[in-house]
Amino acid sequence: MAGFDKVVVSYEEAMTGLCDGMTVIAGGFGLCGIPEGLISQIRHMGTKDLTVVSNNCGVDGFGLGILLEDNQIRKMVASYVGENALFEQQLLSGGLEVELTPQGTLAEKMRAGGAGIPAFYTATGVGTPVAEGKEVKTFGNREYILEPSITGDFAIVKAWKADRFGNCIYRHTAMNFNPMAATAGKITVVEVEEIVEPGEIEPSQIHTPGIYIDRVILGQFEKRIEKRTVKEQA
Amino acid sequence: MALTREQMAMRVAQELRGGFYVNLGIGIPTLVANYVPQGMDVMLQSENGLLGMGAYPTEQKVDADMINAGKETVTARTGAAIFSSAESFAMIRGGHVDLTVLGAFEVDQQGNLASWMIPGKLIKGMGGAMDLVAGAKNIICTMTHANKQGESKLLQHCSLPLTGVNCINKIVTDLALLEVKGGAFHLLERAPGVSVAEIQAKTAGILICPDDVPEMVFS
Repeated sequence: MAGFDKVVVSYEEAMTGLCDGMTVIAGGFGLCGIPEGLISQIRHMGTKDLTVVSNNCGVDGFGLGILLEDNQIRKMVASYVGENALFEQQLLSGGLEVELTPQGTLAEKMRAGGAGIPAFYTATGVGTPVAEGKEVKTFGNREYILEPSITGDFAIVKAWKADRFGNCIYRHTAMNFNPMAATAGKITVVEVEEIVEPGEIEPSQIHTPGIYIDRVILGQFEKRIEKRTVKEQA
Repeated sequence: MALTREQMAMRVAQELRGGFYVNLGIGIPTLVANYVPQGMDVMLQSENGLLGMGAYPTEQKVDADMINAGKETVTARTGAAIFSSAESFAMIRGGHVDLTVLGAFEVDQQGNLASWMIPGKLIKGMGGAMDLVAGAKNIICTMTHANKQGESKLLQHCSLPLTGVNCINKIVTDLALLEVKGGAFHLLERAPGVSVAEIQAKTAGILICPDDVPEMVFS
């Protein structure tokens, strides 16, 4: 199929063009809704000096955490990085830079970046260390800080299903940052559990329209659970 | 007697009203969900993109794609909605969440909050806390009144880096319920058996006490 068919069959093809020093935006919240195979491919490629933008940096040995093992990440932009001993070690030794960003600001930076909005004002972080060096402006009787948006050379996204044209839907809370990440990459790659034919997903049910997606790959997922909490049987 | 964590959660739960959309932080705030008054319906928001968080799943119903902001496996209740992080924080920043409950290291008499960073210790990040305190209409903070060394956590000025400014309305500690307004702490209720003098001794900021401070009542 020519034209809009975005399906690729290998992870090599999925991540072609990724080079040292690039910025990669990754969807996911903790280990939920992460593009596991695409992260493994970056590990396999050995690409260095990456700036990675994602809410968290995985855990030791899984998710984005595996990119720390060969020091592939130079800078991490995230809201919370508390689950990862290797991260802590590299941060303290100076081998890794981190830009801690409030979670809502991070989501909005990706959304704005993908929507062609270079920066936005927000009340989040006013009067805190996050505001240092940022323009402050008063609207009404309240102060706001100017936050620049984020775009990436690559965005790596995990969806439940995509059609061949790249129209995506997400499953439950595995949606999280994925829809915004999808819009903010120069090249956006989506790894999915199932590829369907165009028309199989009801158009009004599509979460991410295919215009944002460059490559679709069928993945296999371990879906590791970070905190397994259960209730007793009734 | 100072309140237990459960009793602090019970006292916070008395502030809930039917129809509230509520975000509960990690720790004592999470326990508030166990004490929603019978017959009252509140909708719990989890900032990873879930409005209408339900109970933990049974072993058979555990789903890796269904978690809360604490990364715990959860369920969605009847009438729940699931959405992206940007949508989630739009409802938080837009002031649509009725009540936020969160923990703290320090609060000062201006309602400033410090809850995410202790210089010299490892900094793990603020997560969604800065967005929540900048956006919620009504914020209750839960913490012990003093630290393990006995030093007050209710200060004239926070000593730690801030999470938000002028954002805390009410505080539930193990000793008291207080309101923050006009640059002072106002003592509203005391824990059963705790004296006003003890609360005064453990409050470093300006504390305004009425002549008669009622004890908290737990049903």
